Amino acid sequence: MTTKTINSIDRRRVVNMIMTSLTAVCAVFAIAVLVAILGYIGVRGISSLSIEFLTDTPKPVGEGGGIGNSILGSAIMTLLAAFLGLPVGIAAGVYLAEFGRNWFGNTVRFVADTLIGVPSIIIGIFVYTLVVLPMGRQSGFAGGLALAIIMIPIVARTTEEMISLVPNSMREGALALGAPQWRVTWNIVLPAAASGIATGAMLAIARVTGETAPLLFTALNSRFYNYYLDQPMSSLTVQIYNYATGPFEVEHAMAWAATLLLVGLILVINILVRFFTRKKF
Amino acid sequence: MANTGTKGDKVFQAIVFAAALSIILIVAAVIAVMYQSAVPSMERFGIGFLFGREWKPAQEEFGALPFIFGTVTSSVIALILSIPISLGIAIFLVEQAPKKIARPIAFMVELLAAIPSVVYGLWGIFVLAPLIREYIGPFLQASLGFLPLFQGRITGIGMLTAGIILALMITPIITSVVRDVLEAVPHTQREAALALGATKWETTMIVLGNAASGIAGAVVLGLGRAVGETMAVTMVIGNSPQIAASLFEPANTIASLLAANFAEATDEIYMSALIEIGLVLFLVTFMVNAFAKLLIMSVARKTNSAKHA
Repeated sequence: MTTKTINSIDRRRVVNMIMTSLTAVCAVFAIAVLVAILGYIGVRGISSLSIEFLTDTPKPVGEGGGIGNSILGSAIMTLLAAFLGLPVGIAAGVYLAEFGRNWFGNTVRFVADTLIGVPSIIIGIFVYTLVVLPMGRQSGFAGGLALAIIMIPIVARTTEEMISLVPNSMREGALALGAPQWRVTWNIVLPAAASGIATGAMLAIARVTGETAPLLFTALNSRFYNYYLDQPMSSLTVQIYNYATGPFEVEHAMAWAATLLLVGLILVINILVRFFTRKKF
Repeated sequence: MANTGTKGDKVFQAIVFAAALSIILIVAAVIAVMYQSAVPSMERFGIGFLFGREWKPAQEEFGALPFIFGTVTSSVIALILSIPISLGIAIFLVEQAPKKIARPIAFMVELLAAIPSVVYGLWGIFVLAPLIREYIGPFLQASLGFLPLFQGRITGIGMLTAGIILALMITPIITSVVRDVLEAVPHTQREAALALGATKWETTMIVLGNAASGIAGAVVLGLGRAVGETMAVTMVIGNSPQIAASLFEPANTIASLLAANFAEATDEIYMSALIEIGLVLFLVTFMVNAFAKLLIMSVARKTNSAKHA
């Protein structure tokens, strides 16, 4: 009887040890994958990176060329998306946090969360039928619009979260001093939540900078520097996709270099956001 | 917040209300626009569209089954691989690791989610695919080759590669939701179990049991992501509309069909068929996400009421 009890305790200890070490193995595995991906991008990407690569336009295979126009295109479309999407997203977030404790607010919240999970290529198709077909051609505007639609629900939800962190006593104080409600939100609540809203916006911008699928048939691609929003526009991500799926070794190398740039940018944004928000949350 | 009755309040409220309403309008517009474009295909092919096995745009023959099959199979592979790993990471971070270690590891896992899809695709083509062709595939064939799943030629591009890439991509998402869910389980439950002499692992099992519906929600959320994931899958799955038993064979998913073919669909019925299948994808992911949200919310509600009780 006693030996049996001891055995069972031993067995339980062994199970405990095995399972707890297995969970640690899982964590190590995730880190290994991250290191494997980032390390490979670093090693393969750095060798093709040069000033010429960063400023030139694509040339026929074997003649060099670069991704300058893609960098510009990504910047223009991301800025356009921020310009269109941030005000709407932030305003929606203000509504949800300040007035959204009702069935309508709950519905918006629910729809926003499900919209965040909708595949971005669907948004691409939507904008294609809505903008590209009537206009008769792909354009940087259509690309930026698709990215803006992707941003809106993300920004709305993070903004709501940040505004909810502002203590109620601040609102009550301002109201008690006779400020109208909109002044309370505009002059008290929004400034108090500003840094949080800004970090949420930065993360949303980082997210859409990495989007490819919604740009495939809205912005398409271009081989030239293009400053006009009604013309097809190149982007880093679509260019990476084209280079990666192409048959040439030289193009693959350029895909890695462009990826190094893209991932570097996205990681820097994420790490900075993390660094600046650590104290608060 | 209380209305103070000034004119500015009404204007301000109207503006932010309109912004919130726009989110609902976007979803309604997506459904309306896509439905309208899909009508020609629906009228011509009816419900048989979903069960047709042939996809030959040149002959105007459109059957969605190979893509539905590919989407479901690649997502199931991803879930099978990802669920144990995600649970393991989340348990390690919440239940075992000291805060000092847990925080940086949690951040690194989150970084995995920040890497764009096209980058996973690039990595899949040039790192994972050769790895499967040279090592993983032959190993599976040698040990499990009696199953039809692991027979045939191994090119490195195909269903298995897509499933593995998807698993890597959804792991950070499932992990992060499971972490939140585990953290929501009241600490008293762990203390009670430990006080009764349970080992750390037995305590964890009790915590998992109480968080079960939230974990299910996390898994469903991961499923939603896997079903809709586009670029990475397009780059490694081989884009071939076939239903093959072997996981080494190329296949195709709805999302990658759209990514690879939408731009070249010039005639109306081809585009309409593509949009119809896109509408199917939209509705499926929307429902999967809604279901996940309900599951996760049910945990939040339960723990809240437990706190108040």
